[in-house]
Amino acid sequence: MSLDTTTDSYVTPDGRTIGGVMMEMKNITLRFGGVVAIKDISFDIREGEIRAIIGPNGAGKSSMLNVINGFYHPQEGEIWFHGKKRGPMKPHEVARQGIARTFQNIALFNGMTTLDNIMTGRLTHMKSGILAQAIWKGKAEKEESEHREAVEKIIDFLEIQAIRKTPVGRLPYGLQKRVELARALAAEPKLLLLDEPMAGMNVEEKEDMSRFILDVNDEFGTTIALIEHDMGVVMDISDRVVVMDYGKKIGDGSPDDVRKNQEVIDAYLGVAHD
Amino acid sequence: MTFTQGIVKTIGDSGAWRPDRTLAGEGWRTGGHTLTTNVEPQNGLDTIPKLLARNAVEFGDKPASREKEFGIWQSWTWAEVAGETRALAMGLLALGLQKGDYVAIIGANRPALYWSMVAAQMCGAIPVPLYQDSVAEEMAYVLEHCGARFVIAEDQEQIDKVLEVQDQLPNIAQMVYLDKRGMRKYDHTAMNSYADVQAEGRAGHSRLEPLLDERMQGQDYDTTCVMLYTSGTTGRPKGVVLSNRNIIEASRSSAEFDNLNAGDSVLAYLPMAWVGDFIFSIGQCYWTGFCVACPESAATMQSDLKEIGPSYFFAPPRFFEGLLTNVMIRMEDASPTKLRLFRYFMDHAKSVGGKILDGKPVSGLDRLKYRLGEFFVYGPLKNQLGMSNVRVGYTAGEAIGPEIFDFYRSLGINLKQLYGQTEASVFITVQPDGEVRADTVGVPAPGVEIRIGDNGEVYYRSPGTFVEYYKNADSTRDTKDPEGWVATGDAGYFEDGTGHLKIIDRAKDVGKMADGSLFAPKYVENKLKFYPNVLEVVLFGANSERCVAFVNIDLTAVGNWAERNNVGYASYQELAGHPLVLDMIQGHIEEVNASLADDAMLNGCQIHRFLILHKELDPDDGEMTRTRKVRRKIVAEKFDDLIGALNDGSERVSTETEVTYEDGRKGAIRATLEIRDAKVFPRKAMAAE
Repeated sequence: MSLDTTTDSYVTPDGRTIGGVMMEMKNITLRFGGVVAIKDISFDIREGEIRAIIGPNGAGKSSMLNVINGFYHPQEGEIWFHGKKRGPMKPHEVARQGIARTFQNIALFNGMTTLDNIMTGRLTHMKSGILAQAIWKGKAEKEESEHREAVEKIIDFLEIQAIRKTPVGRLPYGLQKRVELARALAAEPKLLLLDEPMAGMNVEEKEDMSRFILDVNDEFGTTIALIEHDMGVVMDISDRVVVMDYGKKIGDGSPDDVRKNQEVIDAYLGVAHD
Repeated sequence: MTFTQGIVKTIGDSGAWRPDRTLAGEGWRTGGHTLTTNVEPQNGLDTIPKLLARNAVEFGDKPASREKEFGIWQSWTWAEVAGETRALAMGLLALGLQKGDYVAIIGANRPALYWSMVAAQMCGAIPVPLYQDSVAEEMAYVLEHCGARFVIAEDQEQIDKVLEVQDQLPNIAQMVYLDKRGMRKYDHTAMNSYADVQAEGRAGHSRLEPLLDERMQGQDYDTTCVMLYTSGTTGRPKGVVLSNRNIIEASRSSAEFDNLNAGDSVLAYLPMAWVGDFIFSIGQCYWTGFCVACPESAATMQSDLKEIGPSYFFAPPRFFEGLLTNVMIRMEDASPTKLRLFRYFMDHAKSVGGKILDGKPVSGLDRLKYRLGEFFVYGPLKNQLGMSNVRVGYTAGEAIGPEIFDFYRSLGINLKQLYGQTEASVFITVQPDGEVRADTVGVPAPGVEIRIGDNGEVYYRSPGTFVEYYKNADSTRDTKDPEGWVATGDAGYFEDGTGHLKIIDRAKDVGKMADGSLFAPKYVENKLKFYPNVLEVVLFGANSERCVAFVNIDLTAVGNWAERNNVGYASYQELAGHPLVLDMIQGHIEEVNASLADDAMLNGCQIHRFLILHKELDPDDGEMTRTRKVRRKIVAEKFDDLIGALNDGSERVSTETEVTYEDGRKGAIRATLEIRDAKVFPRKAMAAE
């Protein structure tokens, strides 16, 4: 199937509807001093799809996610979100727009329970002020019940009921990754950014995580952009793949297209540099 | 003289055994029923759906089901359960469920799945619960054998298993799933969500209600209530057909025996396919109107148990052993003061706790001290275990270690034993309050007659006795005679004086050694399994000179021991092969040998050589049943190289074993195992022949 960037929606072979363009990156260039991390890259993310960003180490993938979530500001290029050009924004402003993420190195509050960690993901949805929350009266009390309900649905969804009250520092790595995903989901994002969700996992944990990613996409209709090194996983679960190497885009298309792309093969297998 | 004649006696007799002598639990007969298999239903309550209708009126606003979901206990009253079940039943009718159809129920304990069973019964269909951890191939056998037309499954995982083997199952017409997650993309031409089926039923109620009532009227005490598959210790599982009479009579008399009533509560966490769960969570629950709570997930069972605090509790010995091991391990980490307090009061409980529970005389000072202990130790401990409210607790399925049994009883938990079978609708013998012991399985349950056969095998007859094995007339004939006596397959005898039944072993497993002495593997294995470090033992020795054994260590207990003794290990296999672990197990075996040497009947069964297996015996590899009973024959075939090495005197043996992972994929484990000789003791003289 050839994919164009028109806004027509289509239905995937497995029955999901992919809508129009949600986010468009236009000619993004990001420099750190003299180092060019991202060089003139354009691609888009469509409503409802699972979009993978792959590439060898140091290709600029994580930088790209940081650009999307507003942590880095590119020197050149434009970011369009829901048909509007996005000005320079702080990460928390981006989060309010409905973009949540997980991190390559787990960034949870180790001393807090799973439940409390996931509750922090509701922060962007909380309306009562600090004082009201501290004395837990009136609106704050009712609001907490509502947030707790939303969080419990996610706990049920990701099957982590048994660790609800366990401090995350005591959990094995694979479960911490799942808690991090839960926290990102608690923000009810439109676009979910996953930075190497399966790094360091064994086969069984990877299969579980793949299933959860597919289910999140399917059940909540969440658009997902993910960075991942495990090619088997990427090719299995994503609709389209962007390939980066040395900050440049060297491929973009369906997993099959990308697999056949000579430039991509060279980047991964190595080619003699003269 | 065979061994059976030596040990088999019936109560109140001069000792001579006559085949027509029976012992029946007449003392607990109630309601003027005669002791026969043809009792009449009380008040016309001859089906489970009728019991439901009665409960909806009588206990309308009392909770019937609870389930922890989204972190909160959700409850349904009897009136609500009746509404939910009826809606589902009408929906199933709309989908074309026919009278006499078999409906497979697959999943963990959830109220909605229990309702599904009753809804199927309302439609005149027969529910067949399956073990939810079965792999697809095992499910295929049962689904094919019963010819299930409808499948009601918990979630995607279970539906996937059925779909995997669907081409072998042309009978399946409709599938219903409870949990919608991940199901949206599936082909829904013959598949519906549980909620949608209920909605359909509710929408069409004026059209479907007359049909449903007609179906419900066409059932009586002899209609099939449920079909349960045996776990299959030997060979393929068999479908045990149980009628309404079987289930309701067994539930009624057992509930009266323990005074169960609508105020009781239980936690349903054992497999739904197991007869015990059906009796507790449906039979007794619907008869008495008590509340059944379902845990949030298998992993949260322990904390859910604590929150619910059931008054009626059931668990296999394995569960109580595991719990005790955990308590002891955690106490080792407690502060010295707490540990001293714990030891002091536990010692006291050991000497008087059981007596107080049995209502035996205990001095005032000891009682006072016990009260103090209740405040400081027993109460908080019982609370931690979730057993503060347990009024009646049962353990069954296997022998329980006397020390484990006494531990719980000394805390004031009324733990008792019962002996039962699927074919008996559970109850064969039970222990009445005040007559509880670790080494017997009790007296005949109310309404049950028991007789010991020529070969020492236990036979019983009761209103709970099953109708037949489905599509297996030969097995039915072999097991149940025309007068309704059922062979249990277990060898046992009645103890003189007390009338308590003692079970020795599976009759099939009891054999002779080469020198003619008795070989009863289970007896020896249980002695060894009572050590916390030992998880499982398989003894071999029939027709050979010496007994040899495979041992599985308990990873929790031995792992904790390893941590305290600076023994490093990376896997079960490595720990199992550690010389110090072998030393420890050897010590246990030698203690067992020493105690066996004093047993005139079984002193031939001392273990001469043993090895610790490199893997745990597992149901996924076929080595155990889903109810975790060892399949002796399969283990013997699979590890015949190891048995050979045990018998030929070699010091170590290399082997390779195929294992099945939980997702059904296969792999292999390679290992070199050390074989140890254990000290055996001179045998005391054999009993006079």
